[in-house]
Amino acid sequence: MDLQGFGHLLLSGSWMTMQLALTSLVFGLMLGLLGAAAKLSRSPVARGIAVGYTTIIRGIPELLLVLTLYFGGAQVLMWAASFFGYDEYIEVGPFAAGVAALSIAFGAYSTEVFRMAMLEIPKGQSEAAQAMGMTRNQTFLRITMPQLWRLALPGLGNLFQVLLKDTALVSVVGLNELMRQASVGAASTKEPFTFYMAAAVLYLGLTLLATLFTMYMERVCNPAARGGRS
Amino acid sequence: MSWEWEIIWQYLPKLLDGAWLTLELIALSGLFGMLLALPIALMRASKNAWLRAIPFAYIFFFRGTPLLVQIFLIYYGASQFEVIKESFLWPILKQPYWCAIIAFSLNTAAYSAELLRGAIQSIPKGEVEVCEALGMSKPLMIRRVVLPRAFGIVLPAYGNELLLMLKSSALASTITLLDITGMARTIIARTYTPMEMFFAAGMVYLVIAALMIATFRFIEFRLNRYQYYHHTPLPKTLDPQLRDEHLDT
Repeated sequence: MDLQGFGHLLLSGSWMTMQLALTSLVFGLMLGLLGAAAKLSRSPVARGIAVGYTTIIRGIPELLLVLTLYFGGAQVLMWAASFFGYDEYIEVGPFAAGVAALSIAFGAYSTEVFRMAMLEIPKGQSEAAQAMGMTRNQTFLRITMPQLWRLALPGLGNLFQVLLKDTALVSVVGLNELMRQASVGAASTKEPFTFYMAAAVLYLGLTLLATLFTMYMERVCNPAARGGRS
Repeated sequence: MSWEWEIIWQYLPKLLDGAWLTLELIALSGLFGMLLALPIALMRASKNAWLRAIPFAYIFFFRGTPLLVQIFLIYYGASQFEVIKESFLWPILKQPYWCAIIAFSLNTAAYSAELLRGAIQSIPKGEVEVCEALGMSKPLMIRRVVLPRAFGIVLPAYGNELLLMLKSSALASTITLLDITGMARTIIARTYTPMEMFFAAGMVYLVIAALMIATFRFIEFRLNRYQYYHHTPLPKTLDPQLRDEHLDT
């Protein structure tokens, strides 16, 4: 495959894609945990918000979300800032809009994964922890959380693959990630097939890396499967 | 922030035109995708290792790369080769409409083949053995027992797949098609009301999704009616993505 000197562009694009995916993963996980906590909470308001969030976001295309946040995000932010007496122009860059859109989408799907995982942990464990005098936060951090990862990881791994592939959508609003760099190369060399194929191979590599990482994490989070600890 | 409802009402008919194109894209690529998925799934479930390798590579490629790359590969990539440009395929491949349908079909075929394979492999072994004992030939067995059973099992998961396809059909707007998203973008370029138009487009998507879910629930009820009368527990080894939380107890 002859990339005619555009190879480094594709590599820098892959790096940007990785940054985008990992940043969105961090925020998406936070949203997912919050969403799951809200769905399982006693307050009907919190439950209603969480149900609305997951239903709406899961029914709307990610591309629409990216476009909305990129073209409309500035409007909303400026409107919100005006309540605090800030009337300057606010710009939402493609990276920020991309991270926001992808983490909102990831959060909606991971809410379900976390909720299922939380339900799978026997209730007696947190009751026992509270009987021993732990606070709710301590119970969550010491008892629920470590097991939560183990139960949620397979589901989260799948979602991360989806997230990685969805990063390509941010190229539509002009972020210089892998897909956009491939378009640049394709446009300047008039060899679109070569460049999009190269991008496809790089994406395959990235998803493969993500799979390996998930498998590694599953091992780390599950001491029982590793065995041999005496 | 100003919010203008009138703009939404004014352009709603246009959005609904876009919705029609979106539905067309989903219906056609869903159909082609299913037709493609059938042989792929059967090959994938076969016992011959060589026969399994081809669909594995196909599924690996189409599930491991973004749909956007696949669309661009077909729409822009095809024009790189003079051979294609001079062949009978060019009248089809130069139209964004057919390129989108080809890309969506190939993509959804990979996902639904994987679902079908899971379903085929979760058919109780006894049923296959009974067919063999009755002296059915392999094609007859596949037609009479394996496929009808697999369709029943795969249905809830396939409904999800179609919903995901509804969402990914928005990518058609990147190759100049005027589906819901494409239409919204065109309108925004004219009126500069991004929030209103994207909101309206999102609502149209939600309505379509709701209608699709209702339809699938109905079909599921008709096809898997026996499960509603006598609860037959699904095998424990069933692929988790084929599970339907409404049928599990």
